[in-house]
Amino acid sequence: MPPFQFDSLNEFLHMQGHGIFVWSVYAAALIVLSLLLLSPLRKRKRFFVEQAMLLRRQQQAALKSAASLTAKESS
Amino acid sequence: MHLILNNPVSYKTDQNNKSASNKTAANGRWLWFFKMGSPRWFYQISGRCLPWLGGLSIFLLVLGVVWGLGFAPADFKQGNSYRIIFIHVPASTVSMAGYMLMATAAAISLIWKMKLAEVVMKCAAPIGAGMALISLFSGALWGKPTWGTYWVWDARLTSMLILFFLYLGVIGLYEAFEDNISASKACAVLSLVGSVNIPIIYWSVEWWNSLHQPATIKFTEESSMHPDMLQPLLVMIAGFYCFFGFLLLLYSRYEILQRERNTQWVKALVQTQLQSQVEK
Repeated sequence: MPPFQFDSLNEFLHMQGHGIFVWSVYAAALIVLSLLLLSPLRKRKRFFVEQAMLLRRQQQAALKSAASLTAKESS
Repeated sequence: MHLILNNPVSYKTDQNNKSASNKTAANGRWLWFFKMGSPRWFYQISGRCLPWLGGLSIFLLVLGVVWGLGFAPADFKQGNSYRIIFIHVPASTVSMAGYMLMATAAAISLIWKMKLAEVVMKCAAPIGAGMALISLFSGALWGKPTWGTYWVWDARLTSMLILFFLYLGVIGLYEAFEDNISASKACAVLSLVGSVNIPIIYWSVEWWNSLHQPATIKFTEESSMHPDMLQPLLVMIAGFYCFFGFLLLLYSRYEILQRERNTQWVKALVQTQLQSQVEK
């Protein structure tokens, strides 16, 4: 691998006047790739929260109906 | 005599056995293909690959970015602006390869009605659109210092813009349908028809006069790029491919959960998640 190409951090950021183009491209790529990554992760999290709520509601409903059945039987 | 009489019979049964074993071998050979059609199987296998693929792509991307931005030598004509190549070329390559993958999945979903192919087709679209967007944006910002303009309506740039719109078209068309089956069919046809654009993009720089430079990496002859620049570029291309695969797995896994949410195995998965949350 060749050595580091720039003498100072300032030069590295400036890139002989091309810094604004180069750094904007890398920043935009980072933003797009992170959005692409975050979207399925967030959706997946929401999916499990929603499905867990649904499951809990179903279980509670089942418990309630079972309780009312036993109440009817005892009366 | 006994032997002679016996021989043809044993030969026949031998042959029968052979053909039977051949059949099972053929079934075995294609078993993975049918197993792949099972969303549950895919979900389990992809879960095991996910951390490895994610780690590998992050490693390659970080290595490629540091190498390309800091250590690759400056170009004698373009100076430092050429460092955009380490984003531009991988994103363009992957957006085109991603389209071919989407079109292949579309064909499989139309011919064999494979559920997983529908999932892959649907999930490749947003990722490919993101890659095409990066390619267009980086191309525009590379064009300004190199050609003096952000955009020209020439063959390569226009066909790339069409690729981006095709991806958006597939996403929009899928959303326009209420049920998955018609949505998948319509999108499959659109992506198959749109695949005619891929060879146009690829050879546009040779077929028409273009501001865009011809390909620097060639399969048939030696690349016209110095190894010090080529090596980080190849690392970035590999990194983008891995990251595309990683994203595709993530999107497909979510899509499978969503489609299979009423099945026993997904319910069991939700149950275990719920329990682990309660224990925490």
